[in-house]
Amino acid sequence: MIRRVLPHGLGRGLLTRRPGTRRGGFSLDWDGKVSEIKKKIKSILPGTSCDLLPDTSHLPPEHSDVVIVGGGLLGLSVAYWLKKLESRRGGIRVLVVERDHTYSQASTGLSVGGICQQFSLPENIQLSLFSASFLRNINEYLAVTNAPPLDLQFNPSGCLLLASEKDAAAMESNVKVQKQEGAKVCLMSPDQLRNKFPWINTEGVALASYGMENEGWFDPWCLLQGLRQKVESMGVFFCQGEVTRFVSSSQRMLTTDDEMVILKRIHEVHVKMDHSLEYQPVECAIVINAAGAWSAQIAALAGIGKGPPGTLQGTKLPVEPRKRYVYVWHCPQGPGLETPLVADTSGAYFRREGLGSNYLGGRSPTEEEEPDPTNLEVDHDFFQEKVWPHLALRVPAFETLKVQTAWAGYYDYNTFDQNGVVGPHPLVVNMYFATGFSGHGLQQAPGVGRAVAEMILQGSFQTIDLSSFLFNRFYLGEKTQENTTM
Amino acid sequence: MWDLVLGDRRINSLRLVARMWNGTRGIHRLGGAVVPEGNQKKERTMLQFLTNHFYDVEALRGYLLQREMSKVHMKNRSFTWLEEQHGPYCAGAFFILKQGGAVKFRDKEWIRPDKYGHFSPEFWNFQEVPVEAVDASDCEINYEGLDNLLLLKELQSLLLQRCPHVDDWCLSRLYPLADSLQELSLAGCPRVSERGLACLHHLQNLRRLDISDLPAVSNPGLTQILVEEMLPNCKVVGVDWAEGLKLGPEEQPQDTASPVLA
Repeated sequence: MIRRVLPHGLGRGLLTRRPGTRRGGFSLDWDGKVSEIKKKIKSILPGTSCDLLPDTSHLPPEHSDVVIVGGGLLGLSVAYWLKKLESRRGGIRVLVVERDHTYSQASTGLSVGGICQQFSLPENIQLSLFSASFLRNINEYLAVTNAPPLDLQFNPSGCLLLASEKDAAAMESNVKVQKQEGAKVCLMSPDQLRNKFPWINTEGVALASYGMENEGWFDPWCLLQGLRQKVESMGVFFCQGEVTRFVSSSQRMLTTDDEMVILKRIHEVHVKMDHSLEYQPVECAIVINAAGAWSAQIAALAGIGKGPPGTLQGTKLPVEPRKRYVYVWHCPQGPGLETPLVADTSGAYFRREGLGSNYLGGRSPTEEEEPDPTNLEVDHDFFQEKVWPHLALRVPAFETLKVQTAWAGYYDYNTFDQNGVVGPHPLVVNMYFATGFSGHGLQQAPGVGRAVAEMILQGSFQTIDLSSFLFNRFYLGEKTQENTTM
Repeated sequence: MWDLVLGDRRINSLRLVARMWNGTRGIHRLGGAVVPEGNQKKERTMLQFLTNHFYDVEALRGYLLQREMSKVHMKNRSFTWLEEQHGPYCAGAFFILKQGGAVKFRDKEWIRPDKYGHFSPEFWNFQEVPVEAVDASDCEINYEGLDNLLLLKELQSLLLQRCPHVDDWCLSRLYPLADSLQELSLAGCPRVSERGLACLHHLQNLRRLDISDLPAVSNPGLTQILVEEMLPNCKVVGVDWAEGLKLGPEEQPQDTASPVLA
């Protein structure tokens, strides 16, 4: 009854009135007036866009506890572990600043995707083992309700490293260390190699080490997407912009030897938006440098390396971008399904890609052959002259192959000792590094992310001790170097 | 008039509740590859809608999922104490029987749990007798549970049909059984793909391998050919070679004779 009454009343009141018909001679334009009133009410009501304040939704927040410079795998890993290990939910506000949301030059997406435990340093082996267990249980770590489970396309085919006569002794001692740390690696003689993989030519190979479990390759892009999804669901802020300035305050202090040191603390990060001069100063407590190949620029912005050379103030971050090529080729008579990721004595490596007799691989150039890192153009002559001969020597079936495609990516290459830089800087006390892994960043990212998060939240490394990866070693001259051919 | 309106609303809310309850049963599936379609789809979207709009529902679903996962972990814990007390064969056999699988000791009969999950305790006496065959079909064995399975060093036949948590990582762990394993069946495992099958090349003594009905394998025909090349002494039972070419439903798995190399 009421329903029938209401529209009738409304109709009588507003809608059925014609302008200037019933009441007097006013040409009131009642319809227009009503629509104007409706518009005004709509603009005042909450929930609709009001033009009183300018739109700042594309800018990052004005305050953030932690600002992570770089949204690649390492940056997202640190964000994930910070959120996972915080003692109170929502306790830490994290902002990830990424310059390029398409990740077109980021090392993560362009990576070959290998994971392997065959290092000589125990820390590297432990990091890689932890990453393997992280990837294995990825759907427990990165579970997001409503999202489908992640499929990393992991190939557990293992890694095969070949050593010539002069490297054989080093390989043996490395395998001993690896077995101690828990990696499942075994040594093979050339005869055993020929038995197992008949397509290998064992000329020049004295010893080989073969990882049987927790080694192989996977799809790094899928890992990146999964991490990004999980990290967003945990409440981390993302911003697309470039860090252009750090505003810091200094404090002079005396050491125990009565020397003066200037300790800096960054308290603002200026994030500049794309294609505009607009920037947002973000007040922060901690800055994490996970900018990969461009970490040195970020470090220079913070004043690291500005001082007389040979002093701690003058020690720069020795990470620079190095270009590496990856080639994909097709070889119908090539090695079969059981092919591991093979790394030759010459430094050339290859692995299978998919079911269709496609392979991909490359080789690290020597110091003299280093290509120009200003762009990501591919040099096909490098394959013809420097990669193919070694591949054809090692695997005779590769004498007839056809290159399908190629791409190039950057290593965040640590020119000092080719191992990562993790932990705080001694002078810029609130900048933490998670960079410089020189081609191993992908397989060490989960472990390093956890280590940095533990350092920030608990003050020291709790699970894996990465003290030998701190920044101090550049000043003290202590190299933490791998002695493998990888 | 008002009664009718209220009545409608009451019926609507009941339908809402019924859908929720059906939906929660769906949570208990841990992301299997095959998702049932049809009338479950409407419940899924209602649940998804609620999850996207209410933190409570999201937290509840997250909690239930974590509980499911921890149940699977509990089932797959390591029985190291049992191994010390009764030897590796009994510990491994106990693990399989507890999961609901069947075990055959050498020269003895198959020991199977009945429908209530009870099994005869006679196998505790077989401390020195190695286990020959294990039928772990439909069991919830995962990567950690293989710790217990790999205690059975002289295993000859392993059936892992339709195991929901056996994936490529698990297959890469089977190489310690290379000396003795002669039969392996992975039919119907939703998480096994051709990448896991690639690491079966360690099992050189394998004589029979069943890889039929693997939904995660992208190209069953090509995979079968590559696996046959990888394991020349093994009879690979799977799908027909022309599987990838057929547009119709999958045929019954047939025994393939010696492969014809082109």
